[in-house]
Amino acid sequence: MRGDPGSMTLLRPRSVEEALGLYAANPGAVPLAGGTDFMVAWNAGEANGRTILDLSRLGAWKRIAVTATGVRVGSLVTHRELQLHPLVRRRLPLLAEACGTIGGHQIQARGTLGGNIANASPAGDTFPPLAVYEARVRLRSAGESRTLPFLEVFTGVKKTALADGELIDSIEIDFPRRPARESFRKVGTRAASAIAKTVAAGLLWLSSDRRIREVRFALGSMAPTVRRLGSVEALLAGKRPTPRLVEEAADLLEIDVSPIDDLRSTRAYRLEVSRNLLRAFLSPGLTR
Amino acid sequence: MASVGTSFRRKEGPEKLTGEATYIDDYRLEGALHGVTLRSKVARGILREIRFDPAFDWSSVVVATAADIPGENAVLLIEKDQPLLASRELNHLEEPILILGHSNRAKAYEALEHIEVVCDEEEPVLTMEEALADGAVFKRFEIVKGDLDAGFRDADVIVEEEYRVPHQEQAYIETNGVAAWEEEDGTLVVTGSMQCPYYVHKAMLGLFPRAPEKIRVIQTTTGGGFGGKEEYPNLIAGHAAVLSLKAKRPVKIVYDRAEDMRATTKRHPARIRHRTGVKKDGTLVAQDIDVLMDGGAYVTLSPVVLSRGILHATGPYECPNVRVVGRVVKTNTPPNGAFRGFGAPQTLFAAEMHVEKIAARLGLDALVVRRKNLFREGSVTATGQVLKESVGAKEVLDRTVAASRYLPRKKECERWNRRKSAPSWRGVGLAAVFHGAGFTGSGEVYLQSRATVSLLPNGDIEVEAASTEIGQGTTSILASIVADALEVPYDWIRVSTPDTARVPNSGPTVASRTCMIVGGLLKRSADELRRALEREGVDWPPKPSSLKRAARKLCANGRPFGFVQEYERPREIRWDDATYRGDAYGVYGYAAMVVELEIDKVTYEVTVKDVVTAQDVGRAINPLLVEGQIVGGTAQALGYALLENVIFDKGVMANANFTNYVIPTTLDTPPMRVEIVERPYSLGPFGAKGVGELPMDVPAPAVAAAIHQATGLFLTELPLLPERISKAMHDRAHRQS
Amino acid sequence: MIELTVNRKKRRYRGPLFKRLLDVLREDFELTGTKEGCGEGECGACTVLLDGEPVNSCLVPVAQAEGTRVETVESLGASSRLSPLQQSFLEEGGAQCGICTPGMLMTAWAYVRGGGPADPASVRTALAGNLCRCTGYQHIVAAVVEAAKREKRKRARAR
Repeated sequence: MRGDPGSMTLLRPRSVEEALGLYAANPGAVPLAGGTDFMVAWNAGEANGRTILDLSRLGAWKRIAVTATGVRVGSLVTHRELQLHPLVRRRLPLLAEACGTIGGHQIQARGTLGGNIANASPAGDTFPPLAVYEARVRLRSAGESRTLPFLEVFTGVKKTALADGELIDSIEIDFPRRPARESFRKVGTRAASAIAKTVAAGLLWLSSDRRIREVRFALGSMAPTVRRLGSVEALLAGKRPTPRLVEEAADLLEIDVSPIDDLRSTRAYRLEVSRNLLRAFLSPGLTR
Repeated sequence: MASVGTSFRRKEGPEKLTGEATYIDDYRLEGALHGVTLRSKVARGILREIRFDPAFDWSSVVVATAADIPGENAVLLIEKDQPLLASRELNHLEEPILILGHSNRAKAYEALEHIEVVCDEEEPVLTMEEALADGAVFKRFEIVKGDLDAGFRDADVIVEEEYRVPHQEQAYIETNGVAAWEEEDGTLVVTGSMQCPYYVHKAMLGLFPRAPEKIRVIQTTTGGGFGGKEEYPNLIAGHAAVLSLKAKRPVKIVYDRAEDMRATTKRHPARIRHRTGVKKDGTLVAQDIDVLMDGGAYVTLSPVVLSRGILHATGPYECPNVRVVGRVVKTNTPPNGAFRGFGAPQTLFAAEMHVEKIAARLGLDALVVRRKNLFREGSVTATGQVLKESVGAKEVLDRTVAASRYLPRKKECERWNRRKSAPSWRGVGLAAVFHGAGFTGSGEVYLQSRATVSLLPNGDIEVEAASTEIGQGTTSILASIVADALEVPYDWIRVSTPDTARVPNSGPTVASRTCMIVGGLLKRSADELRRALEREGVDWPPKPSSLKRAARKLCANGRPFGFVQEYERPREIRWDDATYRGDAYGVYGYAAMVVELEIDKVTYEVTVKDVVTAQDVGRAINPLLVEGQIVGGTAQALGYALLENVIFDKGVMANANFTNYVIPTTLDTPPMRVEIVERPYSLGPFGAKGVGELPMDVPAPAVAAAIHQATGLFLTELPLLPERISKAMHDRAHRQS
Repeated sequence: MIELTVNRKKRRYRGPLFKRLLDVLREDFELTGTKEGCGEGECGACTVLLDGEPVNSCLVPVAQAEGTRVETVESLGASSRLSPLQQSFLEEGGAQCGICTPGMLMTAWAYVRGGGPADPASVRTALAGNLCRCTGYQHIVAAVVEAAKREKRKRARAR
C-alpha cells in the first residue's frame, strides 16, 4: 500500500452548493464518490498529494425520485440500492441486472452510478443499459446546470465532456414502453466479480405485423466508449427479423465498434461474441 | 477416544475465526522501519551506478546494498548463483538491488522514486527455445527403461503431440512478509510468513555468519503458501535482516499484491513432447517424452521441480520401454519456484491428454486405454521401481467412473451435442494421476529430518517439529498422530510454534511429506516417550495427574523430557542418483477425476457443472481436512485449467493484480463429490501417505478431455480460455472448408 | 477529529482523514482481525460491515465512515465463546489458512442476519466478492448454509 494519507488535502462539503463552490475554487480536486475506482489508484501510490473533494455527505444526491415519466437517480445512489429498488427492477430491469454484475456485494454497496459514469471506463457494465434506455445526465456547476444525452457524456477512454467545475447531479431515465424483447448480458473474465470483455444491452419493439418497429442495441468494452450500434439499428428498422437479416446485422456490427486486444481478451473474440450476442438477441430461439 | 480417522477440530481454528490469529502484518514492532525494495527495470544488464537524488531528504532513510552483506552475497538453496542483492549483473526484471527503510511506509515508497539506477542494458533471453539454443541449461536429467527403438518397432500406431503449460501464480491471499531484528545478545531474529523456517535459517547463516544458535527463525501464522513461501522467504528474510543490521532497528517488509505477483516465484512453464507407440488394443509399448521447463534467471529449486516433473511424466501407467529427457533452462525472467505439485501438474497434464489423444486415434474410449496400462501392485515404473504396496490406482478409477456415471453421461452429452438448437456443448472428461509422497529419491535421507515429542514440566505433552501450519492442518494432524500413539485425548497434545530455537529441523513443509514423514517420526518419538514413562511407573493410558507427577520428577531444571527421532531411510527404498533408477518415492498417492462441463455457444465460456473424484491417501487421519485439501486443490487446478493466465510482457508479469489475474470465486467453483480411498502404506503413520499436492494434478487434463468430448477440439495448451476455444473452432472450420 | 461507532462502541479518530478505514481499524483502534489482501477491492479480505452492508475497507477513506456503524470480525465472538456462525465454520472446516476468514465471516454474517436463503446457490452469490485460495469454498458454503438454516429456525420460533 503506497498511499500517503498525510499528503492529501480533503475538502468535505455538506451541501451541493458548497461542493460546487469548492470545486470551482479547486479545479484540480478529485471528486470522490464511493471510491471503488479512485482508491485502487490511490492504494498504488498514484494520487499522493492530491486534493480530494469528498461528495459522500451530499444527501441530496443519494435519492431515487420518481418522476412523471420515469426516475431521477441521484449521482450518489449505489449500485446495490439501484438493483434493489422495486421500480427500477420492474421498469428498468436491464439496469438493475447490470448493477448486480459489478464486482461483488462489497463493490456494489459502495460504487455509485454517478461515480461510475464520471470514471468513464470503456467497460462500465451499466452503460449499455443506460444507452438503450437513452438516459439523460444532469450536470451542475457553481453557476449553471445542463443536461446531456447519456452517450454525449463520454469522449474517450476515461474521458468525459464534463467541464471544469462540473459534477454529475443525477441521471434521468424514462421508463420505456414495454418492449417485445429486452436483454442484458455481460461476458466477464470469470463467473463473478469480473471486468467485462464485452457487455451488451438490447431493447426491441415489434409492430402489429411482426416487423421490427424499433431496436436499440449497445455494446461496452468494444470501443473507447460505450456504443449504440447505429448502423445495425438503421438496418433493422421496419423489417422482419429473418435469419438472413440477422446475419446482415451481425456483419454490420463491426462498423460501429473498434475492439482491441488487451490483458483481458482479444479483438477477434470480442467481435465474435458480440455478433453472437446480437444474433441471440434478434432471434432468441435460434443458435448457431 | 481415538482421533485418527475422525474429523477432529482444527487446533488453531478458533483464533482464525475471531481475528485473534496474528499474521506478520498484525505485529506492531516498536521502532521498526518499513523496508521496501528497489528492483531492476531491465531484464538483463550490467549495473553501473546507483544515483540518489540530492534534492531528496535522505536523513530519515536507511539504505542497504550488497556491500552491507557481511557474509556471502548469495541466497542459498541448491546453488549459490542468486545474489541477495544485485551488485553487478542484472538478470531479470524486478531483481532486487537495494533495500531502504523509513518509519513511514508511504515515505519509504516515495524514496524509491528518487533513486536512479544506471546500467548497460543487454538483450535478454525471454523464451525457453532461445535459452535452449544458447545452451543455457541449468540441469538435465534422463530416465531410461528397456529398449525404446525396439518398443517403437513393436508398435501398431505411433502418436505424437506437443503440450504447453504456462506460469501460474500461487495467489495466497496473504502476501509475502517478514520482519527481522537483532537482539541485545547478538541473536538475529527473523519472523514471518513462511513454510520452511530451517531453509531460512540456513540461508541466513551464509549471509550473516555467526553461530547457528545466534539465528532464530520463527514462523508466524501464515495465510497460504502453496509452495510460494517455500524458498522465496529466504530472499525477503535476507532483505529484512540486512537492512535491520544496518539500521540497528527492526525492519518489516510486507509486499503489496502487485509486487508480490511480479517479483516472486511462479509455477514453471513447460513444453512437453510425447511420442508414444501403442498396440491397437491400447497397450503402451514405447514412451519417448521430452520435458522442457523455464527456470527463470536463477537455479533456485528448478532441478528438483524438473526431477519430480520427469518422474511423473509417463502418467500412472506401465510401459516396458521408456525414455524421459528433462531440461530446465535459464531465461531472463523472475526465477520460478515451488507451487503445489512441483512439476507434476505440468507433466501429468501432458501425459493424460496424450492418453486422450491415443484413445481417439485408436477409436477406443480413453477409459479403456487407461485400464489397459494402469499401475497395479507389482507394476514397474520408468525408473525400475516395483510398486509393492498401497496402489489405489484401479480403485480410484473404478469408484470415480461409477460415482460419476462416466459412460452413460458421456452418451447423454453426445446426444445433447447432436441437437443443433442446444444452447451449449456438453462434455465429460476423465483423468487419472499419481503423486509421489515425500522427497524424491535420496531427498529424505539428505534432509535428515528430526522431530520430538516431549513431556513438559507442567505435565503437558508437546510436539516439536519445524513443520508449519499453512492452512493444510499440520498442527492438528501431527497432534492427532501423537495423541493416538500415546492413547491420550487429542486435546492434551500441544504443538510448538515452529521456532528454530525450540524445534528440531523436521525438514520443509512441502512435497506432501508432513503427515507421512514427520508424522512417522513423531509416532516413533511418542512410542519412545510412552515406554520411558511406563518404565517410570506411569500406568497407561495415563491420567493428567500421573503425567504431572512424572513431569515433576523427569523435567529436571524445568527442561522438557523428550525423545527425538531422526529419519532413517527404510531398507526397502533403494535409489541411485547417478543413474536415476530405483525407488523414486517410498509410495505414491493416486487420484482419478471426472469433470462434467458446459460450453456456452454464444460466448464459449466454460462452466464446470460437476466434479467427481476418488483419491487414495493411504489413511485419512482427518477426513474433513483431507476433503478440504482435495476441494481446495481442485479449485486451484480448475483455475490453472480455465482462468489463470499469467501474461508476460518483455520479461515480467503484465497483469499483476487480482483484477486481471483471475482466480476462481464461489461462482466459478462447482460443488464436488469427493470419495476418500484408503490403501494403507505400511511405513506411513496409521497407513497415511500424502494428500497436499495430489489433488492439483488431476483436474486440468480432466477439463481438457471434457472440452474435447464437448467440441471435438483437442486443445494442448493451458489455460483453456474462451478466446482459444473460439479461435480453435474457427481454425477448424477454415481447414474444413 | 471524527467519531464513528465500531463494534457498538463510540470511537474517536484524530489522524489524517484520508487514512483508509482498514488502517484506522488495524492501527489506531488495534483491531487487527481485518486483513489486507490486495488493495484493489477484489479479494474481500478487508470486508467489514458499514451500516450493515459488507464493504471493502481498503477502499474507504475514514472520513467517509464518519458517523457510521462499523462491525468487524472482533464483534462476532471470542475463541472462548464462538458465535454460532463461527462455530459452523469450525465444524464444517470453513477456515484453512484463515487469512480470508474474517472478511468471509463478515459477508456471511450480513447474509445470515439479513435472512438470506439457506441454499448453496444463493450463498455462493452472496460470497462472490470474497476470494479464498485454500478451501475451494465448499466447506465455507456448507457452514453458511447451516448458519442460515439455524437463523431461519430462530426466526420461526420468535414468531
